Amino acid sequence: MIAALFEGVLRHGLALLVVLFAALLAAPYIVNSYLLAILIIILYYAYVGQAWNIMMGFAGQLSLGHALYVGLGAYTAAALFVKFGLSPWIGMLAAIPVAMTAGAIIGFLAFRFRVGGVYFAILTIAFAEFARVGFDHFTWVGGSSGFFLPVANYTTSDLWTLRGRPVMFYYLILTMVVIAFVLCRILLRSRIGTFWLAIREDEEAARAIGIDTFRYKMYAVVLSAGMTSLAGVFFAFYYNNLFPEQVFNIARSIELILAPIIGGIGTLFGPILGAFLLTGLSETMHAILQGLGVDVPGAKQVFYGLCLLFVVMALPDGVWPWVARKLGLGGRKP
Amino acid sequence: MTALLSVTGATKRFRGLLAVDSVLLDVQPGEIFAVIGPNGAGKTTLFNMIAGIYRPDAGEISFAGSRIDGLSPDQVCRRGIGRTFQIVRPFPALTVEENVMAGAFLHRKERSAALQRAHEVLWQLDLFEKRDQLASSLTLPDRKRLEVARALATDPKLLLLDEVMAGLRPTETDRMVEIFRKLNRETGLTILLIEHVMRAVMALAQRVLVLHHGAVIAQGVPADVVRDPAVIHSYLGAEAAV
Ligand SMILES: Nc1ncnc2c1ncn2[C@@H]1O[C@H](COP(=O)(O)OP(=O)(O)OP(=O)(O)O)[C@@H](O)[C@H]1O
Ligand SMILES: [Mg+2]
Repeated sequence: MIAALFEGVLRHGLALLVVLFAALLAAPYIVNSYLLAILIIILYYAYVGQAWNIMMGFAGQLSLGHALYVGLGAYTAAALFVKFGLSPWIGMLAAIPVAMTAGAIIGFLAFRFRVGGVYFAILTIAFAEFARVGFDHFTWVGGSSGFFLPVANYTTSDLWTLRGRPVMFYYLILTMVVIAFVLCRILLRSRIGTFWLAIREDEEAARAIGIDTFRYKMYAVVLSAGMTSLAGVFFAFYYNNLFPEQVFNIARSIELILAPIIGGIGTLFGPILGAFLLTGLSETMHAILQGLGVDVPGAKQVFYGLCLLFVVMALPDGVWPWVARKLGLGGRKP
Repeated sequence: MTALLSVTGATKRFRGLLAVDSVLLDVQPGEIFAVIGPNGAGKTTLFNMIAGIYRPDAGEISFAGSRIDGLSPDQVCRRGIGRTFQIVRPFPALTVEENVMAGAFLHRKERSAALQRAHEVLWQLDLFEKRDQLASSLTLPDRKRLEVARALATDPKLLLLDEVMAGLRPTETDRMVEIFRKLNRETGLTILLIEHVMRAVMALAQRVLVLHHGAVIAQGVPADVVRDPAVIHSYLGAEAAV
């Protein structure tokens, strides 16, 4: 079982993986609290990117409304905690089915009625917008004025209630990234993953070799939605405040797909590498502009946009396939 | 002997155009059966009805004793009919091996079993050496064989081949013919093929059906069919040189 997990992994690839993982494990002991906060953001984007990648990178279904699942997960777990004192670990068990149901409804509507491509993407945006407007008026969880979790200055960390210091959140999100990565690797090499790739490549040809494309696309949406909702639970307990205007905003949906796009859609390392590059770039940009004393509003966004443009033009398949080739790791897929 | 595939009065209209007109045909288990006819005769449309892309406007299609008209393409494939597309549709960003594995997974849950089946088929189609290449990097003859390999990996009882020899050089055609003969002989695979390359039809088919303007104008053993005046007039006459 464990051996099968590493099957087909090149030895120096494995060595790199071990070094990277060790560095991430040791990070809280090395970096300051500012860098730790940035690492948490990076890993958060790596995680949601990985979840989104199942739909887009594996099954070829473009979702531009993943903020919906983040938001549903966040509100479900937060409400259960604040209103009923239920642990986020219990809340998680509610958040997952809620998000999966939402994913299933969108998937069913789209795939049953053959809504594909950009129209599918628009449908996902529409549902996230419905949720935004809906939660704005959902006063039980604060409506548009926001929903808050009780906060205090914690000196200890309680893993059961997820109340505590950033280090706890760091290790939590790191665990989530590792599990998501391993899960995606297993999926990609299995029957379901192979069928997803076939559907992504050519849906009609996939049908011709007996693949029930409706069913496998549904699996992709539902799984991706469920995984994404866990990011929402994390988000709620880490940031402690939720505003529909922010959580369900289309800007969130766009942000969370940038890492896999820059890193390499459909690759396992793409979302992780992309998250490091993007957040790293953004923070570096911030530091440089501050250092230069440039205080033009929007300057950071413009530079950021130019860098993304450059990457997308130079490496249309994403950075990871290029890095993998340079490292002699085959290049196409890890 | 009961037929593996029987098409009874299958008809398909595209708006005004009668693409396939009450076609009647039976394919026996283990047989190699060819459908020929000029461009636009309705051959691919007939295949698409069998494969579940189109529902016939009239008529019935039965396979292995049960009705299959009205089933979706994936259901038809799971019943045991594999097909190739006239314009090949490999999964471009996947390797040759992954392409074939996608087919092999249909009746296998385990990766190792699917991989084994894929390798078996890759050997049969002479593609094993190229298994790690991307499908998009293959030459046309290789793509055509990949198309067959992927369909074959789903363990069909009946294989539908839509002009898999078109555009091949004579030596490659002979190689394909040899592959199909061997498959048919060794695994008992039933083959229904559409073909313009008469050299392949004569070498492979036990029976031939000629379509013209959607209708059957002749049917029988190849030697008789090519001497049929109606066939020579409507089809072979124009391509007698082939
Ligand atoms: N989807 C479609 N919509 C409208 N007309 C179609 C469609 N598919 C095929 N036709 C028409 O039906 C007729 C039969 O086409 P078909 O593709 O079955 O011919 P064919 O015998 O396979 O020809 P070829 O040898 O060129 O492949 C043609 O006149 C074609 O233009
Ligand atoms: Mg045709």
